[in-house]
Amino acid sequence: MSIQFRHKPGMVVYLTIGDPDISTSKQIALAAIDAGADVLELGVPFSDPLADGPVIQRASERALLHGTRLTEVLALARELRTERPQAGLVIFSYLNPILRLGLEKFCALAQEAGVDGVLVTDLIVEEAEEYRAAMRRHKLQPIFLAAPTSPDARLEQIAKASEGFVYAISRTGITGTQQQVADGAQQLVERIRRYTKLPIALGFGISSAAHVAAVGAFADAAVIGSAIVAIIEKSTPAEAPMAVAAFLSELGVVPVATGETLAILS
Amino acid sequence: MSKVTATESNPSSAIAGRFGAYGGRYVPETLMAALEELESAYAAAQADPAFTSELAHLLHHYVGRPTPLYHAARLTEFLGGAKIYLKREDLLHTGAHKINNCIGQGLLARRMGKRRIIAETGAGQHGVATATVCALFGMECVIYMGEEDMRRQELNVYRMRLLGAEVRGVRSGSATLKDAINEAMRDWVTNVRTTYYLLGSVLGAHPYPTMVRDFHRVIGIEARQQILEAEGRLPSAIIACVGGGSNAIGAFFEFIPDKSVRLIGVEAGGRGTNLGEHAARFQCGSPGVLQGTYSYVLQDDAGQVSLTHSVSAGLDYASVGPEHAALHDSGRAEYVSASDAEALRATVTLARMEGILPALESAHAVAEAMRLAPKLQRSDILLVNISGRGDKDMGILARELKLQGA
Ligand SMILES: Cc1ncc(COP(=O)(O)O)c(C=O)c1O
Repeated sequence: MSIQFRHKPGMVVYLTIGDPDISTSKQIALAAIDAGADVLELGVPFSDPLADGPVIQRASERALLHGTRLTEVLALARELRTERPQAGLVIFSYLNPILRLGLEKFCALAQEAGVDGVLVTDLIVEEAEEYRAAMRRHKLQPIFLAAPTSPDARLEQIAKASEGFVYAISRTGITGTQQQVADGAQQLVERIRRYTKLPIALGFGISSAAHVAAVGAFADAAVIGSAIVAIIEKSTPAEAPMAVAAFLSELGVVPVATGETLAILS
Repeated sequence: MSKVTATESNPSSAIAGRFGAYGGRYVPETLMAALEELESAYAAAQADPAFTSELAHLLHHYVGRPTPLYHAARLTEFLGGAKIYLKREDLLHTGAHKINNCIGQGLLARRMGKRRIIAETGAGQHGVATATVCALFGMECVIYMGEEDMRRQELNVYRMRLLGAEVRGVRSGSATLKDAINEAMRDWVTNVRTTYYLLGSVLGAHPYPTMVRDFHRVIGIEARQQILEAEGRLPSAIIACVGGGSNAIGAFFEFIPDKSVRLIGVEAGGRGTNLGEHAARFQCGSPGVLQGTYSYVLQDDAGQVSLTHSVSAGLDYASVGPEHAALHDSGRAEYVSASDAEALRATVTLARMEGILPALESAHAVAEAMRLAPKLQRSDILLVNISGRGDKDMGILARELKLQGA
């Protein structure tokens, strides 16, 4: 149980859990892992996803229509851990559902489920003292976001507070696909590198083999989010796992030889 | 999530954006640099006499301050108890207290060299005030507004457009204030380098709750002086409606050290007590994080934010300013609610007794005054903040009060 990147670049896949339903999310997650996803971000749907674009907003709405809960996402993580021991599992959430469950209880349940790390969209390093302490107690890896607008001093704090990997946001804005990888992305990754030896994953707007190749030239991993959620939206529940697997296998990530996996922390 | 605990003597001092356990900064990392820039620009502006004197000049000559403190003699007589004074924020340019904050933040945005202004609006009063200030300063203006609110506050949509603002409808959620804020924050995250987010209440991440409160403090500063001049003593209670809580905190703040003065905030009781039928955060909510700040939130047991309802768009919101949360927990302020029906009744009463047509938001404060005054002595004084005027609500009032027809 650890976050390891076995591909070059590593592949991080975001899913909104409960879209279209929990059992389909599980099949999609398994298919994504089998198609080469090193890390799965298990997205907890939230009523007010203010950092997300229309694609993930719609997915959250669909997941909430049948009341998908954080505890169900954790239960799914436990099943995935059992069936795919090698996969990196990250809970991806807004803060409020975690607070409502209780920080301590959340961390205990996540640890029990075999979750590796947690990423909270609206939790910045300065507000994360209690959170980091709870994560430490439960051997969970906190992953923080770094933005192109973050000055160096903030990048340093973010890099030092993160474990597993650092998530670099490719551009200012909300989640969603775009034509090409933003200009400032490489510069951001290079700025973060000065402060850490952790792998750096680049996300926001990555949706094609060309993007992944571009990212691979300067970052350790690519996060694919809205592009996959959009495929799920267009597929029937029965087709979705295959459609996602087919899309991922076209992205052109290459397995790295064993013994060479990038940065391991557990 | 507690960081700094409030002290007895100063329950609402903002240390690093905290009010007791509440407040803080819960935002995507992308916005952090902008919030820090805003915080330091605001601190510099406050210390700059050129800024404060231009603000004072505009508040007087453009906005119309000071507003009167009016003794509502007929209403007092009718209710047969405490003597009632009305703080007339409804007489301000654009028709509500919102302009106090918009002038302040508009000047700040100009100082910061930002030419594109975005804002959310519920009742449309903050949108109108923002569009007004953008016209005054020659800035680009985009207003996000829930489609439900665009429908029920249609006149304000026309006003904003006439003033040169672009009004963008928001369809998600219940298509009201919360959804408009989500969309404004998405715009800000995307255009953060060029855009100033002119938030309209004491909500959001630090420094907004403190800054917006400071721009509205003038309400209480004037009212305290005016009541001392008129009566030679302080009121028994101050009553204000609470949406995000900007007019209320502005009216309350100067009186916080005066322990004999009750501070009463009135939330929207809507049409029932079930989740989704009201916006009574203090009666039915619990602490949580929504849209950048830690405060009371109407939510379900999984932490999903509830839908809300109020006849008044300006009070129809699932959370409340963090300073109010601290004042609530410390017991310094009390929070009650008034229903849609009570607010409508209060609107008619104030109109017929005093010839003053309050906004439906403000009518919630009047409704509490109508409940409270008869229980008090004639020697008691109630100071009610009339945060805005009701012209914008004529469509709703015509329907609800059946004013149509020959
Ligand atoms: C006249 C009036 N009063 C009150 C409010 C509620 O806001 P706040 O609680 O921030 O004063 C509004 C909001 O639109 C308003 O227009």
